[in-house]
Amino acid sequence: MATRARRSTAGKPRQILTILLLLIVAVYAGIAGTAAWGSPKGQWTPLLGLDLEGGRQITLQPIVGKGEQVNAGQVEQAVNIIRNRVNGNGVSEAEVSTLNKKLIQVSLPGNPSEQTLKSLAQSSELSFRPVISSQQVAAPTPQGATPTPSGSASPSSSPTSGSASKSPASKSPASKSPASKSPASKSPASKSPASKSTSGANDILPQAFRADTQKPTSPSSKASSPAGSSSSATPKPSPAPAPDRQLPGAQPQPANGSDDAWAKFPVDSIWIQNGLAQSGDTYQDLFQAFPCTQAQAPKGKPAVEWREIAARAPHSQPDVGCGDGYKYLMGPVEVEGKHLTDAGYGNQTNQQGVATNQVEVTLSLDSTGAKEFADVTKRLTPYGEGNPKNQFAITVDGKVVSAPGSRSVITDGKASITGNFTESSAKTLANQLKFGALPFSFKELTSNQVSPEVGTDQLQKGILAGLAGLLLVVLYSLLQYRALGFVTVASLIVAGVLSYGLVTLLGFTSGFRLTMAGVTGLIVSIGITADSFIVYFERVRDEVRSGRPLRAAVQTGWGRARRTIIVSDAVNFLAAAVLYVLSEDNVKAFAFTLGLSTLVDIAVVMMFTHPVLTLLSQTKFFGSGHKWSGFDPDRLGAAGVTYAGRGRVTIADRKAAAGSTAAEGGQA
Amino acid sequence: MASFAQFGNDLFTGRRQINFIGRRRTWYLLTGILLIIAAVGIFGRGLNFSLEFEGGSHISVANIQNTKNFDSRAHNAVKSAVGSADNLQVTKAGATTVTIESKKLGKGTSADTDKVAEALAKEFHVKQSSVSTDFIGPSWGSSVTHKAIQALIVFLLLLALLLSVYFRTWTMAAAALVALVHDLFFTVGIYALTGIEISPATMIGFLTILGYSIYDTVVVFDKVRENTDEAIRDGNRTYAQAANYAVNQTLVRSINTSVVALLPITAIMVVGIVFLGPGTLLDLAVALFFGIAVGTYSSIFIATPLLTSLRHREANIKELDRRALAYQTSQASVLARTGTREQHTPGESSSGVIEPERAKAAKAAAATKVRHREIHPLAKRDDND
Repeated sequence: MATRARRSTAGKPRQILTILLLLIVAVYAGIAGTAAWGSPKGQWTPLLGLDLEGGRQITLQPIVGKGEQVNAGQVEQAVNIIRNRVNGNGVSEAEVSTLNKKLIQVSLPGNPSEQTLKSLAQSSELSFRPVISSQQVAAPTPQGATPTPSGSASPSSSPTSGSASKSPASKSPASKSPASKSPASKSPASKSPASKSTSGANDILPQAFRADTQKPTSPSSKASSPAGSSSSATPKPSPAPAPDRQLPGAQPQPANGSDDAWAKFPVDSIWIQNGLAQSGDTYQDLFQAFPCTQAQAPKGKPAVEWREIAARAPHSQPDVGCGDGYKYLMGPVEVEGKHLTDAGYGNQTNQQGVATNQVEVTLSLDSTGAKEFADVTKRLTPYGEGNPKNQFAITVDGKVVSAPGSRSVITDGKASITGNFTESSAKTLANQLKFGALPFSFKELTSNQVSPEVGTDQLQKGILAGLAGLLLVVLYSLLQYRALGFVTVASLIVAGVLSYGLVTLLGFTSGFRLTMAGVTGLIVSIGITADSFIVYFERVRDEVRSGRPLRAAVQTGWGRARRTIIVSDAVNFLAAAVLYVLSEDNVKAFAFTLGLSTLVDIAVVMMFTHPVLTLLSQTKFFGSGHKWSGFDPDRLGAAGVTYAGRGRVTIADRKAAAGSTAAEGGQA
Repeated sequence: MASFAQFGNDLFTGRRQINFIGRRRTWYLLTGILLIIAAVGIFGRGLNFSLEFEGGSHISVANIQNTKNFDSRAHNAVKSAVGSADNLQVTKAGATTVTIESKKLGKGTSADTDKVAEALAKEFHVKQSSVSTDFIGPSWGSSVTHKAIQALIVFLLLLALLLSVYFRTWTMAAAALVALVHDLFFTVGIYALTGIEISPATMIGFLTILGYSIYDTVVVFDKVRENTDEAIRDGNRTYAQAANYAVNQTLVRSINTSVVALLPITAIMVVGIVFLGPGTLLDLAVALFFGIAVGTYSSIFIATPLLTSLRHREANIKELDRRALAYQTSQASVLARTGTREQHTPGESSSGVIEPERAKAAKAAAATKVRHREIHPLAKRDDND
């Protein structure tokens, strides 16, 4: 019986230790893997939080009008928008997160410029631009539905992306001469150059005629529209109208926002300054070059950068954007997002006011917006379904969220978008419209600039404190547990190695960053980890005191200690989990390290400390209870009990022993 | 140290016992007084919240070569940057770092704080990168506090559930929770009385105390359960005695674990005070230091005594106490006959533990007595025949 037990206990601990070793090797192999092949490259040290690495952390609070409430959805949307902006600014490793569901926290490494900071807090922009041409770049998502015949009384438009698979429209004969085109657009001058052109009834020319009237090229066509159209049409502070400056006199002047002439226009200086276009490139070139996905992006110019510039393109200029698998060349902004008062979705009602199965997204515009919208739809509707020019793109921060075709003139400012919407896709679009244009800007609630030197200093001192604490714990356990203390030390080292590896690996996989609070959490966990060893050792000692030989004491002691260790660690983990889920920011980081070290603690006690102690109990030094082993039965008072049980020790002897210890106690 | 190990041995075997449970009224009274003092501190003096809760600016300038006249120089720099230098607190942290705190710098905007930072860098001849600024809007702290309280309540509810399931009795969960709330209240009370500043890091510390304090209590309760289960089975100890024995048996562990937990924290505190000054590290460490110390106290002096008080009136516990007392009375009479009265140890009454030697003697005496009775007079006569 005894030999069988011995064999099983000798085999198992070695297996467990091997598993642990493999686990550690796996973690570090993972780190090595991320460092070698990861993209972006992983590193051998944990990612550091802002407070250690240095950088700027700002907390933004939405500014809302009196009586208005900011809901979680809006904040979530704002986070996405700000994240896009930060990434667009080329700041790598920036973090944007919500704080208490109401605030937004942005962490930027280094010392970002005031301009960068300002740009983050600005409200977002939604705008309506007429589509000039479109190009399919990928399979459209279900939302990009096929147009449905309009049977409804309500002025409706439908996404025509399904039909828009034409080649770039500028090559199509659809263009008209600016003169013949009398756009209905009466939008304020600030909106688009088209607004300056004469307006009137939107007489749409027959297709045949359109085919004849080629793109405007002659100088006369320029004359037909006011010569200063581009400059007067760009009241925005864009310094000088790019077209005139770059190719004076050679440019046709577009008559309205849908004019193909825009395609021939030289791109705005913003594209050139950011290295996305060359001087002399036209919007057609830009349209061709513009990447919708990272895969299409040329090297060194991430797709998001293009989008960011597209978002900042002047209102008076054409723009390029992507959405729903299509790439759009769009005319100048004709309706600004601020005129959008509401967006919703629901089942469309027919003329009798009965709800149909058709899901629609509705938008409401204020009076100015309604008027502008009426003008645009008046111009776009006659193009007819299937023509990209029929589409009116809605852009948010450079992204086309929807490009519905215009089916009828909408004069009341209440538009409806129909298509193959599902309930959820309609909701998504409605939310994008509603929150896409952030109805609020932000103010800086906190702004925290940590100098890298201060951070490094903090980290160094923190590590110093950790080492000092570790040393003290080691000394104390050696004093208390003699040779057994070395098991504690070894276990702590294993725990440290495991924690370091996991924190580093998590930095790569989940972007986990070690903050000062996290470092403190790890230092504090030294004590908590050591605690479970103490619970275990004390239990084993209890068993030794009860007269068991060490080998048996380790097993029975473990059986009892394990339960205690698991439940206490469960409680600790619960605390960490609750903190992690319910808190934000620094507390979250702290809770994370605390939870992590609790799991590491369980793993180390189960897979290292116990197997090692099992093996040690089989050695002569520990098994026979050497004086320095920490399991000396005499020192633990076990011998007395054991021998008394066999009747070899008299009560007189016990009395003498008790007297001597009492005296010793008195001296101490 | 040998004496400490011996002390542990004696506590374990029952040769030496401290009567924690029996004197529980004393601990209740003591705790009550301490809590009243803490309450006076919290509600009377109030808590000293840091800048993060009130709003303001905090600037620290590191790596200063020459910190001479740092106070007036800082004042001048601030004044030149934003016009006024009122309500300014300038302190030196460590040898080369100066921190400036103000409820309102200039117009109280983050831009003004940055301006001051620039001026300070110039004044103290350090690089701009050596200056850390911290601007906090006034509503910041309330949202942090709100969140922390929410986390606290959820944690307590989940904990109550977990402990009730694990220990299979609500009384243990209730006693553990009372001890926990005590720890938190008392620790916050210490902050109120000493006037130590409460920062967000301190709040994290408070929340961590929860996990730690309950850890301690769970370890003690685990032993209490083991001992009381045994007592209920054997009927040789009252509930209070079994619980007291458990507290004594885990006392060495409690002391060891607390010391081991406090050692790294003390290291952090020393490093924090000497080198870093107030900050995440120090604030957390101070909160944990008080919390763990208080938590150790409560797991010994509050949790288990309270548990005993709670279970006192339960029918099966009353029954156990009656059985145990009867057993002990009979045993005492047996022991008296063996003539070992003078070896009476404190453990006997408080924990119901009898030294192994005496137990042996008692058993032998009882056996003789029984054997004596068993032999029938007639059988004896037959023997004689």
